[in-house]
Order: sequence, then structure tokens, then C-alpha cells
Amino acid sequence: MRGSARPWLVSLSILLVILAGAYLYARWPTHTRAILRQPAAGHLLHDGPGGYLAIAADCAACHTAPGGKPFAGGLRLESPVGAIYSTNITPDHESGIGNYTLDDFDRAVRHGIARNGATLYPAMPYPSYSLMTDEDVADLYDYFMHHVEPAAAPAPVNGIPWPLSMRWPVGVWRKLFAPSPDAPQFNASRFSDPQVARGAYLVEGPGHCGSCHTPRAFTLQEKALNDSSPDFLAGGPVIDGWVAVNLRGNPADGLGRWTQSDIVATLRTARNKEQTVVGSAMSDVVVHSTSQLTDADLLAIASYLKTLGPMAKDQAQFAANPATATALAAGRESNRGAELYDDNCAVCHRTDGAGSPNVLPKIAGNPTALSANADSLIRLVLAGSSLPGTADAPSTLGMPGFGWRLSNEEVAQLLTFVRSGWGNQAAGVSAHDVARVRAELDEQAAALKSPKN
Amino acid sequence: MATIKPKVDAVIVGMGWTGAIMAKELTDAGLTVVALERGPDRDTQPDFAYPRVVDELEGSIHRKFLQSLAKETVTARHGTKDTAVPYRQIGSFKPGTGVGGAGTHWSGCHFRALREDFNLRSNVQHRYGAKFIPDGMTIADFPVSYDDLEPHFDHFERVCGTSGKAGVLNGAKMPGGNPFEASRSREFPLPPNRNYLGAELFYKAAREKGYSPYPIPASNASAPYLNPYGCQMGPCNFCGFCSDYGCLNYSKASPNVSILPVLRLRKNFELRAHAQVLKVNLDDSRSRATGVTYLDADGKETEQPADLVLLCAFALYNVHLLLLSGIGKPYDPVANSGTVGRNYSYQNLNRVTLFFDDSVQANGFIGIGGGGTTFDDLNGNQLDNAKAGFIGGGVIWARQPGSGPIRGISTAPGVPNWGSAWKKGVKDAFRHSFYYEVQGACMSYRGNYLDLDPTYRDAFGRPLLRLTFDWNDNEIRASQFLVGKALDMCKVLSPRALSGDAKKPGEHYNITRYQSTHTCGGAIMGSDPKTSALNRYLQSWDVPNVFAPGANAFPQNNGYNPTGMVGALTYWAAKAIRELYIKSPGALVQA
Repeated sequence: MRGSARPWLVSLSILLVILAGAYLYARWPTHTRAILRQPAAGHLLHDGPGGYLAIAADCAACHTAPGGKPFAGGLRLESPVGAIYSTNITPDHESGIGNYTLDDFDRAVRHGIARNGATLYPAMPYPSYSLMTDEDVADLYDYFMHHVEPAAAPAPVNGIPWPLSMRWPVGVWRKLFAPSPDAPQFNASRFSDPQVARGAYLVEGPGHCGSCHTPRAFTLQEKALNDSSPDFLAGGPVIDGWVAVNLRGNPADGLGRWTQSDIVATLRTARNKEQTVVGSAMSDVVVHSTSQLTDADLLAIASYLKTLGPMAKDQAQFAANPATATALAAGRESNRGAELYDDNCAVCHRTDGAGSPNVLPKIAGNPTALSANADSLIRLVLAGSSLPGTADAPSTLGMPGFGWRLSNEEVAQLLTFVRSGWGNQAAGVSAHDVARVRAELDEQAAALKSPKN
Repeated sequence: MATIKPKVDAVIVGMGWTGAIMAKELTDAGLTVVALERGPDRDTQPDFAYPRVVDELEGSIHRKFLQSLAKETVTARHGTKDTAVPYRQIGSFKPGTGVGGAGTHWSGCHFRALREDFNLRSNVQHRYGAKFIPDGMTIADFPVSYDDLEPHFDHFERVCGTSGKAGVLNGAKMPGGNPFEASRSREFPLPPNRNYLGAELFYKAAREKGYSPYPIPASNASAPYLNPYGCQMGPCNFCGFCSDYGCLNYSKASPNVSILPVLRLRKNFELRAHAQVLKVNLDDSRSRATGVTYLDADGKETEQPADLVLLCAFALYNVHLLLLSGIGKPYDPVANSGTVGRNYSYQNLNRVTLFFDDSVQANGFIGIGGGGTTFDDLNGNQLDNAKAGFIGGGVIWARQPGSGPIRGISTAPGVPNWGSAWKKGVKDAFRHSFYYEVQGACMSYRGNYLDLDPTYRDAFGRPLLRLTFDWNDNEIRASQFLVGKALDMCKVLSPRALSGDAKKPGEHYNITRYQSTHTCGGAIMGSDPKTSALNRYLQSWDVPNVFAPGANAFPQNNGYNPTGMVGALTYWAAKAIRELYIKSPGALVQA
């Protein structure tokens, strides 16, 4: 009998040793070097240079809840394991970061370690922020300590159930996947053009574009944190229902046919001559961050993005073809999808799929229309979407939803037509996909009716 | 006990064109502004979303975007001896409600007034002698000139992306425009819209008769447009749902499309919808307003104190609020004294319809509210009034705002109103007919005025505004003259049938039939505080911290649609507030 118990005991012991090892690994203190420069007291700039960095890093996106005090946290973020609430990063001593030293602040922002030693959930994009310079971190610290109004607002308790709520395994993740604290800082000399270097710094570092736009591995880390890999910014997952599009040079579903000024206009105003931002996720980024950056920085970002070659495999093609427009103008509707287009879409986007410059987006060759994942397109047709109003482009131009009058099958037929018309060549859309997105929308609408936050 | 809100610099009553313009100008000047709108907040998305908005039943029959007459309306009668009864169904005119007001459901015709329209009375006296003006006609000169307003006409056209062709540019005649217009400082921001068939044929007929047709200035964008505020418009697609509807395509200028996007981002601006203003509050001296009292969205009585009160409601309701608040002396038509309510005027609209055989594809479902063509050969000083036998001119135009089965299809004369013959008549007419309209000026008279009704009250317990109005011989003669000219011109096109509806001698005003929403006057601007409610800056003579921009300020109405003039006057008044009033609050013109 003893003989049969032993392998069980051995397995258990090994498991315990591994767990203990992992636990120790996770809890083993991470050494980060001190930032030498202490922030200068009292800047001439209204909010100091740190205020601008807070915009570039879009801290408010997560740390300011709708209707809440600036940076007082409390925004509910859905994660695969449950709801996480953003923390209060105002200088309040009780509930905020009022007791943080510059080093405490740096360890949180660049290395994902809270003052109490716990690892931050990687909803905080510290893998990207790790690239920020010492000076910028010091400026950011100065901003939060001296220019932000303290707000007493304890963060709500996260909604992640035990055992997933245990923090220490996140430490393992951090040590395995986040850049090491000893990794070299951003190296501008990689780029011959200082404008491109500035763009790279903003995109890879504070702007943390990759958090959404870079695909993630099975273990949830971004597949690349800089342009050394063609996976970087090659299109990420669905965020709040909207696809984070491919920002690389692919001519159909990427930015291959965009000019630098198209990119600048999009970041400034959420729209350019032919395309617009689609969906709330990027609209918020434009409102809170990119619309407020300097022209020079937007141009830097655009010039850097234009250096990114296409991702390995083109998921879609575009070769302008007048056949669709000719047929529709002549009243020839080749299939149900074409009929639906004429009945619902052509009133604005026109039979040539060209829309109208600056106001009604072009469908022909539009990356959102050609994206491998058609979720944004489906959601747009079902529920509509409006552009955010900003100082430079106040008009909240919008497209209405058609979900109330088109069946799943019809939306699929319509979008399959759209994705193959005027020279667009992207995979068709199935009624099954439409049904899934419709269910998500229904769920969202129900959640809105009974808010948990 | 009313809830009292924190005091603001300015409170605006009504969020249509005048309210939006004032809000923009005053927030530009750094004032804190609260706007109170009796109807719902509205924006292109979701309120004018395609295809829901293109619903004739909802828009033109159930009047979704118009004022609900169940809560607030006017009473009407023809003369002082009649008993007025409430206007219970939308007929003759269509006040709007909600953010954007009538500026959301207008057609888009965007005229400037002629130079001579500003000094009508003295011009008529000069041309024909004082006796030419009949007894009881109370027409007056505007206390501003075309040159005063030119920069504001120009700016408002920029804001609206008005599509047209200048006829006189910095004094030089321009081919293709209106040769009789007062000189413009700039070309229109957008070129004219394309013509539908009826407009093309109008050009042909008008030219054959020696007239000078030109494109109607239309605030329906002919191309994508970016206005000076950064607001965007899309090109009109001729969908035929302008009048009665909000534009689905960002093509028709409206407060919602052209101004509100900027206001909505401003921290010194707050918009409260479903806020029904009941009256302007005055202090004990009765010469200073302290704010307004309104019912909020929950029906709670609320007071909004303010240093400046801007009455920006529909023209009729501006007059109503002045009367209810005791601002200015109510007009007495017998004694011809008092100011508030006097000089109510309207518009003299008449239609001729042309029916063709099926070789003419008129396609009435194609429509654009402000597009089309017109001429001024019978308007302003082009018309010999002594020969024509009436004061005030008018325009004849081709306009096709869009039609459909529920809005009604005209049938040729002789077609019965029911049965298979009617069906055939409709089939023959719908795609093969179009109409031209005569839009005449409307003079003001002692007998046409506004006051408070002694009998009927609104849902808030206030006396209704009473409208006393009828046609006078002058307008009947104008109608006959202009419709005659129109019919004469139409014969050039050899239609198979032609119908026209000139007013007949002795004909009374029929408030049950839609004619025009151009209700004017009642609180007019003038240079004499005894005969006008407002001074040349649209400021109340009696309570100088109250301004009342709108068509209520017109001493009489000219041959054009009023919106261009309303916008220009509002910018003019706003400039006076910004440059004169804010620095030194008080009467801007000494009485």
C-alpha cells in the first residue's frame, strides 16, 4: 500500500516545490535603479512638461472615470478574469499616490510595481512605459505631485474571484514578459532621422500604441514592443468591440496607401480626407491624447509609422476597379448584397463607394472595410458610430445603425458585397459572425441599463 | 417655491438659429451662457438618422419636428370684431421645437434683403408720394441699412455654406447671378446646386420673357464644406426631405450642424432641453430683467438669474414672452398706440402647377429645399408699383423640395378627388408635373397685430397669443399681378394643363392651409420708441438688458424668405452686445 502512495506524494511534493519556487520568484524583490534627476520645483509651463507627457501617455483614458475627478481612478476595465478598476493617481495621501517618492512612482510607471510591492495588472502598459526616459518620468512625477488636484477617492475592489485574484502570479508574468529593469532605455540613435526617432519614442513608449495595435501571444504579452519585429502594430485584438487595426505598411488593411498627412489628420481630428476613426476605443484616444499633441509630434508619429513595412502576409488586397460603380449606376444589382447597399448605404457613400471628401468616408480601399477581422464593420452597420468632436473638428459626424432593419443574413450579404466591391478584396462575412456581434451589442445594452459601476 | 439656479451672464430662451448665433458670439466674448430650449435636444445622430427620418407620415403628417400645439399655441381671427379660436392643428405656418428649432426643418432658401427693402416706407414715398401708402398701412423703414448688415449677411452665408452665384460683387455685375441684388463683398462660399428639370425649364421660360433668372441662394451644400467654425457639411443628395425634416446628410445648414458642435464643447455654455420658459422676471423698477422663470424637464419651476436675457424663441413666441412679462406697452390698434404686437406681417405665397405628358420626366421625388431658380425683375425697385397697383414686390421661383404620396400629389384641373379617375390623374401627374411659386411681400397694417387672448390659456396657465390677421387689398392685388405674370411665363413651356391660385378680391386668410412659416413682426425694430419695441440693436427700449432677435423685428416682410435677414440681424445685435453693451451695460440708443 505504501508503494502505491509514494508516486502521489512525490508528484505533490514536486508541485509544491514548483509553486514555492514560482512564489519566491514572483516575490523576490526587483531592483530598479534610482532616477538621478530630481524634478525641478515650479515650471514655467502651466502644467509643466509633465502635463504634456500625461496627455501623450493618455493617463486620463484609464485613470479618469466618466464624470469623475481627473485622475481619481475608478474606471471599470473588463479583463478576461473579471473587472479591474483603475487606481487613484492624484496626490491624495490616503487614496492616491501622495506618499509616492519619485522612485516609487518610477517603479509603478515603468516597471509595474506598486509601492507595496504588488505587481500591477498589465492593463497598466508598463511594458511600453519602460521605454520612457528618466527625465520624462521625473517630469510626469512632478506633474502628478504638483499640478493635479488631490482627490479622496479609494479605488473600488476589483471583481476578480479567488484564486485568480492572487497577485503574485502576475509577478511571474512581469518577470517573464515585461522588459527587464536593466534593459537599455530608448535608443534614439537607432534612427538616422531625429523626427522618426521622436515618433518611435512616442509610439513605442508613452503613446503605448502597441497595447492595442500589436497582436498578443497566448500568454497575453505583446508579440513585439518595437519595430524590430513585423508583428509590431500589425493589428491587435478587439477592444470594446472595435478592432485595433493594422498600422503597418500593408496597402489594403494597413496604412500603406495613407500619406503622413492622412495620419496626422486622423490623430488630430479622428478623420482624414477619405477615412475616419471607427468606434469609441480610438475616438477616446483622439479626444484625450492625440488631438492635443503638437503638430511636430503628430508628424513625428506619422513619419515613424510610415517606416513600418507591411506585416508578413497580406490579409486583403485592394486594386481600384470601376466595375462595381458602373453596374450600380446602371441599376444592375448583381446580388442581394448590392441591393442592400443601394437601399441603405448609397445615399451617403454613393454608388461609387467614394463617399464625399472629408465628410462621408470612402469605402473603396478603406482599411476598416478590409480588416481581416470584420467585427468593427459589423458593429458599425448594426449599431452605427459617431466621430468625437474636438477643438479642430467639432462636428460629431456619425453613421446610423441598421441593426433594427437588417437581419444577420442581410448584414452578412451586404458586408460581403462591400468587402468585394470597387476593388476591395477581403474575406466574406458570415451570418454567424453578425449574430455573435449582435449578441455582444445586446449584452452591452443590457449592461448599460443595469450599471455595475 | 422655485429652485433658483446660480446666476449667469446671459440666459438664452430658445435654441434655434438666433439662440445658437447668440450663444456662439457671447461665449466667444467670454460670457457664461445658459440656453433654455422648450423641446428636446436634437442632433443628426440619432434624430435625423437615415432612413428613419425620411418618413413622410412621421415628418409631414404627424409633424414630429414641429411644435406640439397641445401645450402652447396661438388663437387666430380675421378682425377685431371676431372671436379668436385656437390654432389646434398645424396649418398656415410651422413653428419648430427642440434644439435647432425651425432651423432644423426649414428648406434652406437663404436670401439677403434688397437695399431698398430696408427703407421701404421712405422709398415708396419718394417714388410715388406719401398718398400712395393707403390708410392703415403701417410700413416703416428698418433702422439699419444694407451696408450695416452686409458683413453679417456675408458671415452668416459662410456659417451656412450657402450655395449660389453672386450677381453684383463689389459693385461689378457678374454673369449668372441676380443683377438687381445689393453688392456683395464676396462670392458665395459654394457654387450653385445643380438644377432639376423644372428649374432648367424655368430658366428657359424666364429668359424668353426677358427676365433675369438666377440660382436661389441655398443653404443646402452643393459640395463638401467646412465653415469658419470648423463645422462640416456634406453635399446635398437631392433626397427631397428638407422641409419638415432634419437633414440626414449634414447637407442643410442648421444650428445643429453649423454652430452647436462648437458650443457643445464649450465650458462656458450649458444647454438645458425641455426647459419651458414662462416669463422674463423684472425687478421692481420694471426696467431691468433679473432672469427668467422656466419649468425644467421634470416640470419643476426654476429661476435662472442672468444679467442679460436674450429672447431667441420663434418670432411669435418672442412677442408672447414680451407681452406676458410686461416688457413694453401692448399695442392698441384702435388708438394706434403701444409697441408690442404691432406690425404683424406674413408672406404672400401662391402657386402655379404645370402638368405635362410623359415625355417630361419631372420626377417630383427628387428634391432640394433651397435649390432652384428665381428672378427679381418684379421685386424691389424693378417693379413700377404705381403701374402694378400695389406696394411691395415679389419673386417667382422654381423650387422642388421633394414630394411623395403622403405629402400629397397635385392632379391636373378637372381630375376628381377619388376613384379610378383620381388614381389615373395621380399617375399622370406625379412624375410629369412640377410647380412654380410666387412669393410676395406682405405689408403691415393697423388691423394685423398680436396681443394676449382674453379667453384661451396654454398648458401652463398663461393667456395664449392672439393673432389678428387678414389679407388686405394690396396683397390680393399683388397676388393677382404676380400669379398672372407666372401663368403668362409658364405658357412658354406649353404644359398640357396649368393651375394657379391667385387670391381673389375679398378672400380671407385661411389659417388651416399651409402657406409659409414666415410670420414676421410683432416686436419690431425702429428708431422711435413710440412705434417700435426694439431699437436698431434689437434691444428692448423698455428693458435694456433684454434683446429679442428674430423675424419679430421686421416692420413688414419683403419678397424673400426671412432666414438670411434673421441671421444677419442677430450677428449685428451680437456685435453690438460684444462691442458696446458689455463694456457699458444700458440702453445702446437713447430714447
